[in-house]
Amino acid sequence: MAFDKDFNYTEDFRACPECDLIHSVPRIKEGEQGRCIRCGALLFVRHKNSLDRSLAFALTGLMFFILANVFPLLTFEMEGQAESNRLIDGAIAFWKAGYWELGIVVFISSVVAPSAVLLVLITLLLPMRLNRSPYSPQMQIRLLAHLKPWAMSEIFILGIIVAFVKLQDFADVSVGLSLFAFVLMVAATVMAYMTLDEEALWSRLKEIRA
Amino acid sequence: MTAPVTAKSIGAVSCHVCGLLVSNRFIAEHSPECPRCEAALHSRKSNSLSRTWALLIAAGILYVPANVYPVLTLISFGKSTTNTIMGGVLELAQSGQMVIAVIVFIASVFVPIFKILALLFLVVSVQLGMKVRRRKRALLYRFTEFIGRWSMIDIFMISILIALVKLQALATVTAGPGAIAFAAVVIITMFAAMTFDPRLIWDDERDDNDG
Ligand SMILES: [Zn+2]
Ligand SMILES: [Zn+2]
Repeated sequence: MAFDKDFNYTEDFRACPECDLIHSVPRIKEGEQGRCIRCGALLFVRHKNSLDRSLAFALTGLMFFILANVFPLLTFEMEGQAESNRLIDGAIAFWKAGYWELGIVVFISSVVAPSAVLLVLITLLLPMRLNRSPYSPQMQIRLLAHLKPWAMSEIFILGIIVAFVKLQDFADVSVGLSLFAFVLMVAATVMAYMTLDEEALWSRLKEIRA
Repeated sequence: MTAPVTAKSIGAVSCHVCGLLVSNRFIAEHSPECPRCEAALHSRKSNSLSRTWALLIAAGILYVPANVYPVLTLISFGKSTTNTIMGGVLELAQSGQMVIAVIVFIASVFVPIFKILALLFLVVSVQLGMKVRRRKRALLYRFTEFIGRWSMIDIFMISILIALVKLQALATVTAGPGAIAFAAVVIITMFAAMTFDPRLIWDDERDDNDG
C-alpha cells in the first residue's frame, strides 16, 4: 500500500471501524461485500439502485407506520367487556401509572425513533431523487446513525406476541389490523436500511452539489 | 515482526459516522470535525475503559432489584398474582408455552447477565494486555452489541398488558418497580457496549500470528 504522506482526507483508503486496520477501497460489484481481513467486520457493500430502493422502502414503511397508529393492535375480551390498545397506549399507560421513565423509554423506542428513522431517510433521499440538495445532509446522516440503536420496532413485535400468549390463558384476545401494518412497517424499514449504500449516498451528494 | 498499518499508525483518524479517513495534520490545521459529515473526530472513544467500567458496575447493582422486585401484578376476580422477571418465565413454561418461555428466558435472564460478563471480560482483557484470541474477542463484542436491545421484550410486553388489561375487578394488570430497574439495566448495558472501543482489543498487536 502506498500512501501520499501529506493527504488531507481520502476516500481511497478506509480504516476498519472495529480494529482501525487500513484497507484500500476495493472495486466490488453490486451485491458484493468486503470484510476486514483482520477482525472480520463488514467494511464495504454495494447495492444496485441503492438510493431509489431505499427511498421506496422508506416511503412504504412510513405509510404502514401511519396505518399502524390508526387501528387497534390487540383486542382483549372477558365476560362481555372488551378493551383494545393502539401503538402509543403502552407508553401512555406507563406514564399514567406513575412510571414516567418507562413511558418515555417506550415512547421513544416504539414510536419516536422508528418514525424518525423513516422521516429522516425520506427527507434525505426524496430531494436527492429530484436532483436537489437535502436541507442538511450531514446533520441528517449523523442523526440517522444516532437514532438507529433506539428504534426497536422489531423487538416490540415480540413483546406483542408474548403479551398475546400470556393473555390467551385467561381471556379472548384477537389481533387487530394495526399489528399487520406494524409488521410490514418493520419489514420495510429493515429493507430500507439494508439497501442503503452510504458511499453511493456521499458520491451522489457530491454530484448534486457540483 | 511488523506492526499492522492502522489509521492511528499513519497519523489519521477514521470518522465514526461516515468512515472518511482524515489526517491528524488536517485536523490540526482546519477543524476537529469530519470534512464530509461534520461529526466530531476521535482516534479512540475517550475514557472508553473507565466509562465502560462505571456503566457495568451501575448495571450490575441494578440487576439485583430488577430480578428481586415484581415487574407486574395481575388482579382478576379479587385474586392477585405478582410476577418477577423469572416468575414470568416460569409461568409461561407451566402453561405449556415452552417456545415463548425459552425466548423470554434468553432475552430477559440470559442476555443481560451475559452482556455484563462479556463486556467485563473485554474491558479486563484489554487492561491486562491480553494478546491472544483477538479475533474471537472482536466477535464477542459484535455479538454483545447486537443482542443487547432484545432484552426490551419484557418491557414492551408489560406496556401492552397494562394498556390492555384494565377491566377493573374483572382483570387489571399493573406494573411493578422491578420494571424500572430492569429497563435501566438494559439501557445502561447498551450504553456500556457503545462506550467500549473495540479497537483497543487490537491496539498493541505487533505481528499477525497470534489471532
Ligand atoms: Zn477490522
Ligand atoms: Zn464523517
